[in-house]
Amino acid sequence: MGKLFETPLYPYRRSSDQDAHAPVRHAVVVVGAGPVGLAVAVDLALQGVEVVVLDENDKVSWGSRAICFAKRPLEILDRLGCALPMVERGVKWNLGKVFFDDRQIYEFNLLAEKGHRHPAFINLQQYYFETDLVSRLRELQAEGKPIDLRGCSKVLSVEQDADKATIQVDTPEGPYTIEADWLIACDGAGSPVRKMLGLDFVGRIFEDNFLIADVVMEAEFPTERWFWFDPPFNRGQSALLHKQPDNVWRIDFQLGWDIDREEELKPENIDKRLRAMLGADISYQLEWSSIYTFQCRRMEKFHEGRVIFAGDAAHQVSPFGARGANSGIQDADNLAWKLKLIIDGKAPASLLETYDSERIYGADENILNSSRSTDFITPKSDMSRVFRDAVLELAEHYEGMRPMVNSGRLSVPCTYDGSPLNGADCDKMPARTRPGSPVVDLPVGNRFLLNLLGSEFYLLTIDAEAPAALDVEGVSVKRIALNTADEAEDYLQQRYLGDASSAVYLIRPDQHVVARWEHFAENDVRKALLKAIGR
Amino acid sequence: MGLLKTNANIAGPDEFYSELIAAHEGLTKAQSDALNARLILLLANHIGDRAVLSEALKAASIRHSS
Repeated sequence: MGKLFETPLYPYRRSSDQDAHAPVRHAVVVVGAGPVGLAVAVDLALQGVEVVVLDENDKVSWGSRAICFAKRPLEILDRLGCALPMVERGVKWNLGKVFFDDRQIYEFNLLAEKGHRHPAFINLQQYYFETDLVSRLRELQAEGKPIDLRGCSKVLSVEQDADKATIQVDTPEGPYTIEADWLIACDGAGSPVRKMLGLDFVGRIFEDNFLIADVVMEAEFPTERWFWFDPPFNRGQSALLHKQPDNVWRIDFQLGWDIDREEELKPENIDKRLRAMLGADISYQLEWSSIYTFQCRRMEKFHEGRVIFAGDAAHQVSPFGARGANSGIQDADNLAWKLKLIIDGKAPASLLETYDSERIYGADENILNSSRSTDFITPKSDMSRVFRDAVLELAEHYEGMRPMVNSGRLSVPCTYDGSPLNGADCDKMPARTRPGSPVVDLPVGNRFLLNLLGSEFYLLTIDAEAPAALDVEGVSVKRIALNTADEAEDYLQQRYLGDASSAVYLIRPDQHVVARWEHFAENDVRKALLKAIGR
Repeated sequence: MGLLKTNANIAGPDEFYSELIAAHEGLTKAQSDALNARLILLLANHIGDRAVLSEALKAASIRHSS
């Protein structure tokens, strides 16, 4: 059977742009058809923005790569219309085991909070994630949405002036040139576009290598996450075992910085490690292996003129906590509605400054969290190791010490505290839905709140009066009216009302809260909305 | 500041001190370091209050001028 990631999914086809006499101008060009590039392109196309995606090859990602997708990105993908196949296929797990040295020290059950449409996260190979996004893109094309995906189209050069980017694209039939009002570079950690513009990453904090092996196990193996600190088979480092769909197991061996890549990648050496870890008599097939190198760093600014960076192209973190692809999807989510308003002339171009400030805030939070995990997993000093080992030894005997064990803090959505787009708060209401927070899902009748939200501004009213729709200088706001009396559970009170008797929430197209009040007042909403679009 | 108790607060200070030292008897330096670390973590967890812990960290970081 041919592997999914070996099959061309969007083979090269000649574009009419290649036969044009002058460079064809596009509203948006996205470079890179990875999870982030596809997500932002689908989001823009859904909103009617014309977009061309360029990818240097014609296949989904090689190997499993990103395998853990958290709830917030799944909610975003649900808004884009493609979360269901991912959640159906993805592996849901609850049981985790933690090992230290030669023994298991404890196990835990992730009891996910109730009342959400999506699980806390799923394990899914990046190639499935991308395949589902490409399928969604094809659906949109069939509906006549203005989106084009061009395989084997490698960017050779990018230049920009005040009102456009000029992109030279290489193809199997030779190069051609196109122009874009906006270029979104989602071309990965090594971002060629970033290099072409002479921009670079700052703040190298930490570096490490991981040997990644995807193996198909032929025996029964439980659906659990196993994490080893300093195991006999990988002294001084860590190891992780995680299940993916199709009986594929992801095994990560941390290698440290100074390694011999070629030696580590030899199948006989991988085999030695696997048998030391899982038992001498295991039978398995090696599906894919790779050495993954990372550094914690980010660009100083996420956009430069007409060129905007998202995902790994803009920031890179350690893999602990699954914050790479997950944060990239949130970049896309944050960017698409802002760019749409700018393109429509409803928001000033300066709104893009808040893409930088909000997503840099998110990137810094991710870098901080993943650096803390890294420092716990690989202590940087003798005393740091003494404390780390003490935490692990105590955790074996005392439950109260387990929260300090840090093998990666799962990616949770960023709350944009202090964002210039945030408006009024009401201190009677719960902190988790304060301005800047993503909307917290809850069941509404036989559906979920997030499914009632599309890609526009919404006024969520709970036991409060408000007009069914508003128009604020060309930006429409739709009302979603909920009543506590209609709901069997008290999620509305827990998640939105708190001590208030009624609530009015203004929600952005990316489902983050702008402002909230106890009662509706048109002037308050108008003011908050204009602030939220940078006017 | 002022949350951390720095007045005499342990009944039987001599007994506590002896017990602390006795706990380290016969241990290597590495074992003693590990014991101290476990003790700090257990006590920190018992205190719980982040402000008190920060004050204690500051109070313990006395720099002697030579």
